[in-house]
Amino acid sequence: MKIASRGTRCATVIWVTLIMAAVMLSALPPATAAADRVQLNGAGATFPYPIYSKWFDEYHKRHPEIEINYQSIGSGGGIRQLLQGTVDFGASDSPMTDEQIRRAKIKVLHFPTVLGADVPTYNIPGVAAELKFTPEALAGIFLGKIKKWNDAELTNANPGVKLPGNDIIVVHRSDGSGTTFIWTDYLAKVSAEWKSKVGTGTSVNWPVGLGGKGNEGVSGLVKQTPNSIGYVELIYAVQNRMPYGAVKNAAGNFVKADLASVTAAAGVADQMPDDFRVSITNPQGKDAYPIASFTWLLVPAKIADAQKKKVLTGFLQWMITDGQKLAERMSYAPLPKAVVAKVTKAISLIQ
Amino acid sequence: MPAYQTSLTQIARRRTHAGKFLERLRSGDEIAHMVTLAFAASVLLITFLLVVELGRHSAASWHEFGWRFLVTSVWDPVFGEFGALPFIYGTVVTSAVALIIAVPIGVGAAIFLAELAPPLLSISLTFVIELLAAVPSVVYGLLGIFVLVPLLRSYVEPFLQSTLGFLPFFQGPAYGVGFLAAGVVLAIMVLPFIISISREALLAVPMEQREGALALGSTRWEATWDVVAPYARTGILGSIFLALARALGETMAVTMVIGNDPKISSSLFAPGYTIAAVIANEFTEATDDLYLSALVELGLVLFLVTIIINALARLMILATTRRGTEHP
Repeated sequence: MKIASRGTRCATVIWVTLIMAAVMLSALPPATAAADRVQLNGAGATFPYPIYSKWFDEYHKRHPEIEINYQSIGSGGGIRQLLQGTVDFGASDSPMTDEQIRRAKIKVLHFPTVLGADVPTYNIPGVAAELKFTPEALAGIFLGKIKKWNDAELTNANPGVKLPGNDIIVVHRSDGSGTTFIWTDYLAKVSAEWKSKVGTGTSVNWPVGLGGKGNEGVSGLVKQTPNSIGYVELIYAVQNRMPYGAVKNAAGNFVKADLASVTAAAGVADQMPDDFRVSITNPQGKDAYPIASFTWLLVPAKIADAQKKKVLTGFLQWMITDGQKLAERMSYAPLPKAVVAKVTKAISLIQ
Repeated sequence: MPAYQTSLTQIARRRTHAGKFLERLRSGDEIAHMVTLAFAASVLLITFLLVVELGRHSAASWHEFGWRFLVTSVWDPVFGEFGALPFIYGTVVTSAVALIIAVPIGVGAAIFLAELAPPLLSISLTFVIELLAAVPSVVYGLLGIFVLVPLLRSYVEPFLQSTLGFLPFFQGPAYGVGFLAAGVVLAIMVLPFIISISREALLAVPMEQREGALALGSTRWEATWDVVAPYARTGILGSIFLALARALGETMAVTMVIGNDPKISSSLFAPGYTIAAVIANEFTEATDDLYLSALVELGLVLFLVTIIINALARLMILATTRRGTEHP
């Protein structure tokens, strides 16, 4: 009797499950979406994520039928997913290397979108002045060769500032990031020793220092650790009102990073290659801030789906014109005019 | 025809077999058996797939470095040179520090809550402890970086240096971040596990055990320490395993306070790095194939480290439970 009742109970459970499954299936939305809606998927860099999501949101407001999803999974993941064809476009803080392009099965176009810059931030008890850094000082500190704050390289560049004789504690990013790429790219350009010993990358083998996770990790460590120096993204420093130093550019002027001086760094458009894969750290211009870089959208050169192609080129066109004004408001440095003209031409290359 | 006959009997046999099967199916036993078996098998399957996938994706790194990967100390994504030793070292050291701190405190607290505390206090404290277990690790990391690290740098580390500075563990500059900070944060994170599970194990000890010991004239503490605690030993050790597993695999809180510098240093004040932390830090931006492969291989190494440590701990349990039952 007991066994039989258990059997019926079991049968009831099975029936209930089946009914629930049927209800759930019927509740699902129909598989075919409205034909006129277009959805694009992108993935990649985290640094430009705030402006990208703003752009995609604004663009959606203007064209309600177009939806662009962007996953900020990191530049590496963005490139990888684009090459595997799982997303419609990628985004990266560092241009694809020749090696990556050679091994890629599809041709990829680079489109610069906005500019980013790194600034040196520091915490020296008793020093309120805004410090000036020469390229030699920054390379020396991050190589671990300049060990004390009162090193001649630092005191000579900062007359009138009384720097203590304490040990310098270096703080760098521990997570792979475009910010680190820009910083190491700059150090490799101004120091042959850095180039041969450490090199350029989103993560490197740091000769000295503590690693903090993210801009907030680095700034947190710098704020707490007396006599420390680190580097953060300009926007992060501005938004969090962090003090940061000026850096001597290639023309010999000490320049503090702001939107104008960062845009000026990209002003050398005659040196701009057609594929936009260019490093603009340590540029010529006398007002240019030397530690800046583009960030790129990566788009396949051939898009089979005519509708997607139309939407993507339309978005790029808007991004390069109206979108740039939005960028400025969110304190991303906009592209200089000459680059905008060149990008406009490049958009027509998408087939 | 004999062939026809055999097939007929076969069908008949199958039918009765099927009939019995259906009967058992209807009675529910067979369903329960199959469903639970499937669930149990899925755990094995997931573990197996995990190892296969990790192995497949780390092939490039395995071919390039072989066993060298486990014993070299350079981690250089730019020049494509990868060695896992500093990360293995950091993982083991931080977990060890965490357990050294958390086990005595956790087991002590569990004994108090289960045996000595008034019931009302015990219930409310247990509730708070279970709340602690639910705090996300990033919150512990934030507390670590804003509260613990400055405290360690300005007070604890200078104090340790002046008192125990002759030991190699407490030397060098006090950055605040480092193995010690990571170990302390991990200790705080695993404490709720140890307390909560050990307390349950202690509560499960039959009352007769306590009464027997008391009747034989032992004090309350003697009954607790010599009779109740050894009886609950397996449960307590189980809680320590769970704590160890959590400590080995913890990512976010550790990376926020360990300093993220892949170096092997005898001093606990020095910055270090753990396997889980470096994977979380570098995976997203690893564009190069060999680099990505090396990171995946690190995942495989963490898996192996966990298995080895767990096996060692289980051996230890075997040894100690035997001793425990012989001399209670």
